[in-house]
Amino acid sequence: MHEMGIAMEIVEIAKASIPADMHGAKIQRVNLQVGKLSAIVADSLRFCFDLVIKETPLEGAELVIEELPVVAHCKDCQHRWTVTEPVFLCPACQSGSLDILSGRELEIKSIEIEDED
Amino acid sequence: MWFFANRLTKRNHRGHHDPHDHHHHDHGHAVETRRSGTREIQVVRRVLDANDAMAARLRAAFAEKGVFVLNMMSSPGSGKTTTLQKTLARIMPRLRCAVIVGDICTTVDADRLAQSGAPVVQINTDEFGGDCHLAAHVVERAVAGLDLDGIDLLIVENIGNLVCPAEFDIGEDKRVVVLSVTEGEDKPAKYPLMFRECDATLLNKIDLLPYLDFDMDLARTSIAKIHPGMPVFEISAKTEVGFDDWIGWLEAQVKKKLQ
Repeated sequence: MHEMGIAMEIVEIAKASIPADMHGAKIQRVNLQVGKLSAIVADSLRFCFDLVIKETPLEGAELVIEELPVVAHCKDCQHRWTVTEPVFLCPACQSGSLDILSGRELEIKSIEIEDED
Repeated sequence: MWFFANRLTKRNHRGHHDPHDHHHHDHGHAVETRRSGTREIQVVRRVLDANDAMAARLRAAFAEKGVFVLNMMSSPGSGKTTTLQKTLARIMPRLRCAVIVGDICTTVDADRLAQSGAPVVQINTDEFGGDCHLAAHVVERAVAGLDLDGIDLLIVENIGNLVCPAEFDIGEDKRVVVLSVTEGEDKPAKYPLMFRECDATLLNKIDLLPYLDFDMDLARTSIAKIHPGMPVFEISAKTEVGFDDWIGWLEAQVKKKLQ
């Protein structure tokens, strides 16, 4: 539901990431990493992205979404595992004391720009 | 979300980005496009950077002024405003409270809360595009209308929604989620991010339990799997049953910060 705001932030960050020597260049692709624990629906985000890129240097750009798994680390027995259902208990020792190593990401990894040279 | 993978996979069948096929797809594309002249520029920036930076600023301001901030979240109709009214009535004699209330387009909640005597700032997110959550910049604007020197506890009643508010840091100290038993015991598993991000759960409207098929054990087990060790308070904002434990927990959190 907040995908519109997220899409607008992506456009702002992507625009600001165009190097000074490529002023006026068009962005062709935005590579995004989204953790599976994020409250983001990929289809909604793409829909919003397509709307907000109109009349910007991103017009016509593709949003590539790479999904990252939820990986946890048990603080008690050091076991490391991929969380595939909403259960945050260590499968090895049943401890609930854990760190989430990945799965909360919402990051722009890179942008791809058309290069005139 | 947990259903994210399914949605993504569904899309793949229509010929978009399959995570398993990603490398191949991307590689093929990259070679092709680079030949026709594209340059990849590493960015590596969190999309919510701007919000997080503002939340950090707010958190520092609250710490300096000695204000404890509670972010209250729930779905619409969970009884959040009534819970807050009753909470204020019990806690106000001892702590100086203020409330920021987010609502898409009415002042009904703010009017109800103002009866407590606490300063209330209403945010209508309508002006900000009918948002489904309160972001840090909106809270910052609301805070400007409050005298932080005269406040010990600031409660932010977020927009009724179990999805989006979980994603946005607003500079709070603790987060609680209100889930009413009329919503069903399956909600924690459906909205795991919210229940992982919160520090306590209020299971509200337990006065209705005799009329419902709500499975309290299942609800508690499900919450305990998502967020092991998180306190769960069974309350009724109507009868105030369970309020002693909830208020006791909240006051202990405030004291821990302000001492």
